[in-house]
Amino acid sequence: MNTEKIVEKILLIFALSATLVIFLIILFLFKEGLPILKKEGLGFILGRIWNPGKGIYETLTFIVGSLSVTFLALLIAVPLGVSCALFLAEIAPKRAESLFRPVIELLAGIPSVVYGMFGLIVIVRFIKVSFDVPTGETVLAGGIVLAVMILPIIISVSEDAIKSVPRIYKEGSFALGATHWQTMKRVILPTASSGITASIILAMGRAIGETMAVVLVMGNVEMIPKSILNPAEALTSVILLEMGEASVGGTHYQALFAVGIILFIIVMILNIISMKLGGRKK
Amino acid sequence: MKEKMEIEDLNLWYGTFQALKDIELDIYENRVTAIIGPSGCGKSTLIRCLNRMNDLLDSVTIEGEIELDDEDIYKIDVVTLRRRIGMVFQKPNPFPMSIFDNIAYGPKIHGIKDKKKLREIVEDSLKRAVLWDEVRDDLNKSALDLSGGQQQRLCIARTLAVKPEVILFDEPCSALDPISTRKIEDLIAKLKENYTIVIVTHNMQQAARVSDYTAFMYLGEMLEFDTTKNIFTNPKNEKTESYISGRFG
Amino acid sequence: MKDKYIYALLWASTIVTAAILIFILGFVVLKGSSALSIEFLIDIPREGGEEGGIFPAILGTFYLVAVALVVAVPLGVGGALYLVEFQKENIITKIIRFGADTLNAVPSIIFGLFGFAFLVYYLKLGVCILSGGITLAFMVLPTILRTSEEALRAVPNWDKEGSYALGATKLQTIKNIVLPQSLSGIITGIVLSIGRAAGETAPIIFTAAILNPVLPESVFDPTMSLPSHLYTLVSESTPEKLTNAYGTALVLIILVLITTYSAMLFRKHFTRHVRR
Repeated sequence: MNTEKIVEKILLIFALSATLVIFLIILFLFKEGLPILKKEGLGFILGRIWNPGKGIYETLTFIVGSLSVTFLALLIAVPLGVSCALFLAEIAPKRAESLFRPVIELLAGIPSVVYGMFGLIVIVRFIKVSFDVPTGETVLAGGIVLAVMILPIIISVSEDAIKSVPRIYKEGSFALGATHWQTMKRVILPTASSGITASIILAMGRAIGETMAVVLVMGNVEMIPKSILNPAEALTSVILLEMGEASVGGTHYQALFAVGIILFIIVMILNIISMKLGGRKK
Repeated sequence: MKEKMEIEDLNLWYGTFQALKDIELDIYENRVTAIIGPSGCGKSTLIRCLNRMNDLLDSVTIEGEIELDDEDIYKIDVVTLRRRIGMVFQKPNPFPMSIFDNIAYGPKIHGIKDKKKLREIVEDSLKRAVLWDEVRDDLNKSALDLSGGQQQRLCIARTLAVKPEVILFDEPCSALDPISTRKIEDLIAKLKENYTIVIVTHNMQQAARVSDYTAFMYLGEMLEFDTTKNIFTNPKNEKTESYISGRFG
Repeated sequence: MKDKYIYALLWASTIVTAAILIFILGFVVLKGSSALSIEFLIDIPREGGEEGGIFPAILGTFYLVAVALVVAVPLGVGGALYLVEFQKENIITKIIRFGADTLNAVPSIIFGLFGFAFLVYYLKLGVCILSGGITLAFMVLPTILRTSEEALRAVPNWDKEGSYALGATKLQTIKNIVLPQSLSGIITGIVLSIGRAAGETAPIIFTAAILNPVLPESVFDPTMSLPSHLYTLVSESTPEKLTNAYGTALVLIILVLITTYSAMLFRKHFTRHVRR
């Protein structure tokens, strides 16, 4: 029995490791970033001037950059993804569904830097040519690339939500003479709506946290974009691009951690909301 | 006639629900004792107390005494106890391994490594369980490929391989067809020569055929205990009588 | 009448999604296959990576993933074992799950920041394979924990009871019954994590990655890696000299294809195994 108790204690420590890591992450993020947040106050997220040389750190530009590209991605991916999910759950023959599942898993598994490369070479060039703009590195490019990246989440979580609508609801609707589409529109989608919303929130969290794909296609210009054909810079990109230049422990370094705090808080809030809505974590 | 096991003042609660009330029971050596009663009367709960399987569940409280050869079973190391008191379950549960590995599992975990000895034990156990002739040609076959009745006999062989003194059967035939059931009943009748048997069953004819002593349980209480002959021909408790004559099930 | 249009629309959206994947894969395969050769895989990069091969990057990714697994697998599988076999649902399990679920949602760049501040700087490990691998381990830990837990829970109770009834101890039952039966499910999670760990850039770009094609001699050396190399090539190569970038991307995609496909095979084997 003694061996068993020892093993049990060891496994308990292993099990708590994830919790410990989260705790450490929060600790280190705040240790480095909090001083800057305190100094700048609300200006950190409301001001537009990000000037490490002068020691001014305000991130509104990047917040707008991240949010705009995220919302654009959702605009594209949600209708496409929910339609796919609806198709797979309600219309697709069994074989088509099992054929399609690997497609989604594959899409989800492609590394973000590969998406970034694809976005830069294909989508950015496409935008430049089609819209006749000085550069294709734009919010639009970011939105399109992100949309492809978040499609798998939306499809799989929404599909689960749609599939868990109880059969008796569907059958009741059909029994009253409704068509399939009417049933989907009036019964299935409303019932699955909290699951679908959860998938959207999850996707949003994923999009805002995405780094490599957006940094390659958005242009990284520190200006609030006036249209989707303008370049912009995301919160994640700032951190990625400027960590190399910031000296450890200096204000620039701390400011980047502060950006990390903002990012972390946004993503955590979205995560909590989506869990409350009952989305499955993927 | 010696008592192999004695139960005194046994009470058991699942949380706040009392499932066993003041149970008293003597299990006689080398005899078959049957426990019968309607669904939910606590017979499975009772039998699982004997080899401390209820210890595996949360929120179970047990009071009272259970003795094996006059020794408190809570003072015996549980691993040793479960070797001495074996259990065959309602649904045959062979491990997803070969027939040989299933039977060798018990001896192996108790430290027997010698391959020759293991082979002997496997053959001996399969013979005692009257399964040897049917499987001797391919002991490496997966146990899951056997029929239901064969799987149950395999589980019996597996139990025999650790050389128990008592064998508990928890409704062993309820998942089997009549022919397999008959084979197992015959087996049980033979096994009592060397082992002490306790069998829980909801099949009264089975109890009458197979057992020497019968205990009738109702709603967590032991209402009557006597020789099987007396219980079935001349029950003293009126509930026993009603159950036996089929007035409730 | 209307149903037909809706059906067509839904079919179309699914086909579009599939087409996107095929397009991306096809693009990388087509462009990358001209770069792919044995020399490419075993040669070192030259001219900033525009010429030569990617061997140091392949080796580096291999080491990083290996370190990540060495750390994450015991923590994840062990933690899952604790949840399933040693503890009933209570405050402790809630804390464990909270940690794992939250960690799962952390963006990769935050892992990079944390890895740098904690491993590289605070623990003074410096920029090296160990720092990068451990950072990656933290990232895939929740996945391994979750898939292992599912696999362990799927082992039927009656097999465990059968083992206990024969007098086995809990550790013996875990070793002989629980782990063997859940193995393919656990491996599914590990294989998926390999794919993820190999492809992530942000966690390693501050903690392990360098641009010099120097082969690491120990876990305390920094290294090239496939994703960071690809990033460098894509952001700094001229459009005509992208061949090696495509080749690198193709290698990554092949790795993802292998891991995704193997994971599916393992999952199928696992679900068939526990059908009883």
